Amino acid sequence: MFGWEFPPHILGGLGTASYGITKGLAAQPDVEITFCLPKPWGDEDKSFMNIIGLSETPIVWRDVNHDYLTQRLGTKMDPQLYYSLRDHIYADFNYRMTDDLGCIEFSGRYPENLQDEINNYSIVAGVIARQQQFDIIHAHDWLTYPAGIHAKNVSGKPLVIHVHATDFDRSRGQVNPTVYRIEKDGMDHADCIMCVSELTRQTVINHYHQDPAKCITMHNAVYPLSQDILDMVAERRKQHSSNREKVVTFLGRITMQKGPEYFVEAAALVLQRTRNIRFCMAGSGDMMNDMINMAAARGIADRFHFPGFMRGKQVYEAFADSDVYVMPSVSEPFGISPLEAMQCGVPSIISKQSGCAEILDKCIKTDYWDIYAMADAMYSLCTNDSLHQYLKEEGKNEVDQITWEKVGQKIYNVYSQLIHK
Amino acid sequence: MKTVCLYFEIHQNIHLKRYRFFDIGTDHYYYDDYENARSISETAERSYVPALEALIEMADANPGYFKCAFSLSGCAIEQLENHAPQVIELLQKLNNKGCVEFLAEPYSHGFSSLKNVETFRDEVTRLCAKVKALFGQEPKIFRNSALIYSDEIGELVASMGFKGMLAEGAKHVLGWKSPHFVYHCNRDPRLKLLLRDYTLSEDISFRFNDSSWSEYPLFADTYANWISNLPEQDQVVNIFMELCALGIFQPLSSNILEFMKALPSQFKERGITFSTPSEICSKMKSAGELTVSYPTSWVDEERDLSPWLGNVMQREAIDKLYSIADRVRICRDRRLMQDFDYLQASNNLRFMSTKPNSYGGYRGIYDSPYDAFTNYMNILGDFITRVNDRYPLDIDNEELNSLLTTIKNQGDELELKNKEISKLQNMLAKLEKKTAPAAEKPKTAAKKADSKKATTKKATAKEATEK
Repeated sequence: MFGWEFPPHILGGLGTASYGITKGLAAQPDVEITFCLPKPWGDEDKSFMNIIGLSETPIVWRDVNHDYLTQRLGTKMDPQLYYSLRDHIYADFNYRMTDDLGCIEFSGRYPENLQDEINNYSIVAGVIARQQQFDIIHAHDWLTYPAGIHAKNVSGKPLVIHVHATDFDRSRGQVNPTVYRIEKDGMDHADCIMCVSELTRQTVINHYHQDPAKCITMHNAVYPLSQDILDMVAERRKQHSSNREKVVTFLGRITMQKGPEYFVEAAALVLQRTRNIRFCMAGSGDMMNDMINMAAARGIADRFHFPGFMRGKQVYEAFADSDVYVMPSVSEPFGISPLEAMQCGVPSIISKQSGCAEILDKCIKTDYWDIYAMADAMYSLCTNDSLHQYLKEEGKNEVDQITWEKVGQKIYNVYSQLIHK
Repeated sequence: MKTVCLYFEIHQNIHLKRYRFFDIGTDHYYYDDYENARSISETAERSYVPALEALIEMADANPGYFKCAFSLSGCAIEQLENHAPQVIELLQKLNNKGCVEFLAEPYSHGFSSLKNVETFRDEVTRLCAKVKALFGQEPKIFRNSALIYSDEIGELVASMGFKGMLAEGAKHVLGWKSPHFVYHCNRDPRLKLLLRDYTLSEDISFRFNDSSWSEYPLFADTYANWISNLPEQDQVVNIFMELCALGIFQPLSSNILEFMKALPSQFKERGITFSTPSEICSKMKSAGELTVSYPTSWVDEERDLSPWLGNVMQREAIDKLYSIADRVRICRDRRLMQDFDYLQASNNLRFMSTKPNSYGGYRGIYDSPYDAFTNYMNILGDFITRVNDRYPLDIDNEELNSLLTTIKNQGDELELKNKEISKLQNMLAKLEKKTAPAAEKPKTAAKKADSKKATTKKATAKEATEK
């Protein structure tokens, strides 16, 4: 499996999804997973799979002695694996920048020279593909597609690519041709394309011209919350007095794709009628200043708050303090945050244009542009206790049924079909 | 000797329009006129008219033999009068053949039987009056909205003087008993119960056109055989359905009407008769009492209230709605009462059902149960404000009622006095006319004038004291 991010060092939703998928797959009977990461930190959870760091994989033959190697690699890699990988160097890469172990540096992030990093990733993957024994190649998101193609060419094994997002979602139509080329190339070579939602699947079919038969929808899931987070949420809820003001929350990057302006407009409509509701727009992004101006221009700045970027536990604290969660995304391949909100017992309003709307029933769905419907739903959730209570309880029950184990089972079935083709 | 009781329900709800919360307090009109006109004319065209014409044909072909029963909700009557009067005319035509019995039901097709006794009595009385005006019949048999029945409702209905009531032959109520007998209410033996045979009813209303059904295609002789093959002692087979089963649930292309038309002759061959509910109630003896502690209905597999009151949203909506029922009844405002009728219709609650597949997934203009709930609660919010604005809230219902009654009585009295005055004035005018030619005979004229003066004086004095 080729991935770019893995918990605990994650930058976006990709890492969380990669973790869930591997964990869910590992729960299946005869599955062994080797996960290739550009730069492991050594503190990843390796209990259910092997991790190979590309930044520790040699592409140039260096004579290193065992003791030095052990000290250099630490917990990141077994020296024996290093030697074994070194035996599979397939070309002369001396002209490349390599360190004393013959390895290429990776940042493991999304740096300026992302193109080079993707290219390097693919080169190093070739070594791994020659050394490892495997039956299926699974590549997560476009950064790893070239590596996947390389591995397929070397081994002849089926390639599965996992589309977590396409450039059409990220850019609202202003597609970057280089990215599009890499994505299209990956899809053309793939034996199976797993899309995180039907919405993404349609994009892949219509904009990347793929055969619908090889595109499969594989919805994401969520991990059950740990007990201490649930306790924290319950504890915070208890402190709220019964007649406190209601809080409606938006949480995510404040950027065009997430549709923050529709949230502000809907909030303005709600506040025309009632004043005892507060709105909170958590997160940061390029449209944040515009949104602050917009809230001021609508005259609702006194009821509209921007607490800034939230990380880790803060997210759950924000959920615990919220009465309604809103995700008005214009285009969302999946969108895992409403599921998290529902886990915390917060009723959600999501746009019909988001992938998670396909698997969620116990939430309110509106079109992202329909600010009247959105405002109506917010108002209704804040004033009608029965609706709030129903969606709170049933929403939690529903999300609890969406597990990575089930996703793992489905992926396993797809694998079996591919192998026996 | 078996007898079949055929009964059809005619009900169309008044569709609510999209009503956002910003409209609360500014817009007091809640209905989607276009949708109302469209749906009723479509239903009439595709179902009611052809079905009624078929029934008339059946009545003509079998005079005195074919019989059936109908009930119409008040909302349906109003809609039909406005948009499809030909349906009413067909019903009257059928009625003139003397083979139809009209039953009573709550005017709004709502749940007042569960929530508010006074509203319920009022609604039923209004519907009976309407039926009387249209068809000249006084309903003696009652059927509740969606065939809802429980012991309490039975007692209430019996106290209003009805002889019988229709109910669902639900398995969980009957147990080993058969729906093919007449039962009576366990709280009032005067009320007889006719229980629907849901298998035979739904064979027609649900499964007739279902090609995956093992009995498909169903023919009238098979159907008649099923009934005649029932055990000897079974007496009554109650087949109740909505009239739109003929034409909408089962499209006309399925030849459902040909099936219906063939039934009477098939039944006749096998010695099965048709009866109206009141004939059954007067002729047959009850086989025993029936205990129904929890309300039953004719909908879904559970046959209970879950399609309307299954989740917390539906329960909040109905509680809020009936919390002002007394107020609406007392304030006697026509607009408010009309809105209250339309808001009570069971369909509004059913749109909020979260049961999978309830209603075949049909939700009208709504996306989801939450959408339906939000829209309804917005409307209800406006309606409740209007009701409360009518009279100050700090006057409680009883006080308000007595005040309004006093006002009304005084009004009536004043009217009476006015009539009396005008009558007397007329008399006066007549007398003056008489006295004019009789001026030559001053003696008698003076006498008359005297007595006249006395009466007018009396009247004015009386008026003054009243005022």
